[in-house]
Amino acid sequence: MEIRCHRVSGGRSAGKALVTREPISFLGTVDPDTGMVVDPGHELYGRSIGGKVLIFPEGKGSTVGSYVIYQLKKRGAAPAAMINLQSEPIVAVGAIISGIPLVDGVPEDLLSIEDGYEVVVDANEEVVRIEEPSA
Amino acid sequence: MHLTKEEELIYLGEGGDTKRRSMEILVALGDIYGADRLIPVASTQIAGVSYKTLGEAGLEWISDLRGKVVVPSILNPAGMDLCRWQEMKIEEEFARHQLEIIEAYRRLGISPDCTCTPYNLRPDAARPGENLAWSESSAVSFANSVIGARTNREGGPSALAAALVGKTPRYGYHLDEKRVPTHRIKVEAHLEGSDYGALGYLVGKIVRGGVPRFVFRLRPTRDELKSLGAAMAASGSVALYYFDEKVPPAQDEIEDITVSPADVREVYEKNFADEDVDIVAIGCPHCSQKELERLADLLAGKKVHREFWICTARGIAERCPRLVEKIEQSGARIFCDTCMVVSPASELHRKMMVNSGKALAYIPGMCKIEAAFGTLEDCVRVAAKRV
Repeated sequence: MEIRCHRVSGGRSAGKALVTREPISFLGTVDPDTGMVVDPGHELYGRSIGGKVLIFPEGKGSTVGSYVIYQLKKRGAAPAAMINLQSEPIVAVGAIISGIPLVDGVPEDLLSIEDGYEVVVDANEEVVRIEEPSA
Repeated sequence: MHLTKEEELIYLGEGGDTKRRSMEILVALGDIYGADRLIPVASTQIAGVSYKTLGEAGLEWISDLRGKVVVPSILNPAGMDLCRWQEMKIEEEFARHQLEIIEAYRRLGISPDCTCTPYNLRPDAARPGENLAWSESSAVSFANSVIGARTNREGGPSALAAALVGKTPRYGYHLDEKRVPTHRIKVEAHLEGSDYGALGYLVGKIVRGGVPRFVFRLRPTRDELKSLGAAMAASGSVALYYFDEKVPPAQDEIEDITVSPADVREVYEKNFADEDVDIVAIGCPHCSQKELERLADLLAGKKVHREFWICTARGIAERCPRLVEKIEQSGARIFCDTCMVVSPASELHRKMMVNSGKALAYIPGMCKIEAAFGTLEDCVRVAAKRV
């Protein structure tokens, strides 16, 4: 399946989907050294976002969240790529300074795909490709 | 958003990686906020300076950047006085990282002046009608409201991106239609000095991100407007207000709010200074020369018996060495480059007395200590009282 999208932060990357319907505040929700979701109140609590294609509606919270994304990247614990319904400045800036591909403007259905699907995010070409996991 | 040919090339990487990422930030924000194009800025003021807020990751990011800013750029306050940090009881490791941050910014061509009042230090940094990219919320409010320049409340990275490219996306407070008043605030009290901080503390909570238009009995001074705007930007997110007859007409129904003398008094009464106060801190936003003169008068012949900090820009302190000497004879200390809100040294205390509505709003959350509020005269009285 191929989906058109809008480039926020350029680049091309692939990984397994990790999906949430809840917005993410990187400051406080994600451990900046390990990439683990440490906020017990979040749907992704206990999961690692490292190396995944993180699909979530939008960011929220403190602007320091942008630097948390940069720290994740430096520690090798950042998502491979990110997909938003609508990007806001914190995640957009975080993705750009970290060199992580980020796209938005995708249909809401994307939030109902299952974790583990292989997703390719090509921000430069403004396209997302999704493959079902082979059995 | 429309990009010129030249901007497009930077976006594609012709100017190198740092410029490409800077352009990417500006384009991403322009798209998010519906800007039609980029516009040149006259200056930038960059937040994300204190190691306390920037952290190790932020320091790494700034150190990794290459290139030079293309417009005059100045920094927000750091986490310590860059020279007298030991007197503030700042730990050595923090100081080392803090100095690395300043050095990383300096390598990018940014002035190591760290102040929230760039308009006092460099009056030519913002002129009426100019577009700017400033971060510090009280400076943004002053530039928009008192100077009549135009700037959004930039984040640290977006202000730095604007500094490296020399442009900012045209949206928000750069546009006439976003600069119309949303509330009319009738002030029935006679106000003076810190009363304006108390007023801003109240009004910011009510109007949040609105554009209030004040009707005052007397025209406030420049320093009073500074503290009014700072408090509204802290208790709310006000970036623009009006205080005189130069007001564009309101478009929609405008909400009317009346502030009585009792409302202002209540801010003092709810936050009165008790025996727990172990530090008094003035200079949020940074003291002007006039405010230093007033402090020198108030402290003449007195000795303080509590920690007493007075925060200002290094350039202002250097302009008036006699005033500094006079003030410090009382035992009070003038710290430059920093303030009580962004310095971790504040956390070493129990309860801080301030004359600033902005500090009152931020100290409990950001420094995890209690705050008390009083006039400048009250602050000096409490500091000089024997423990």
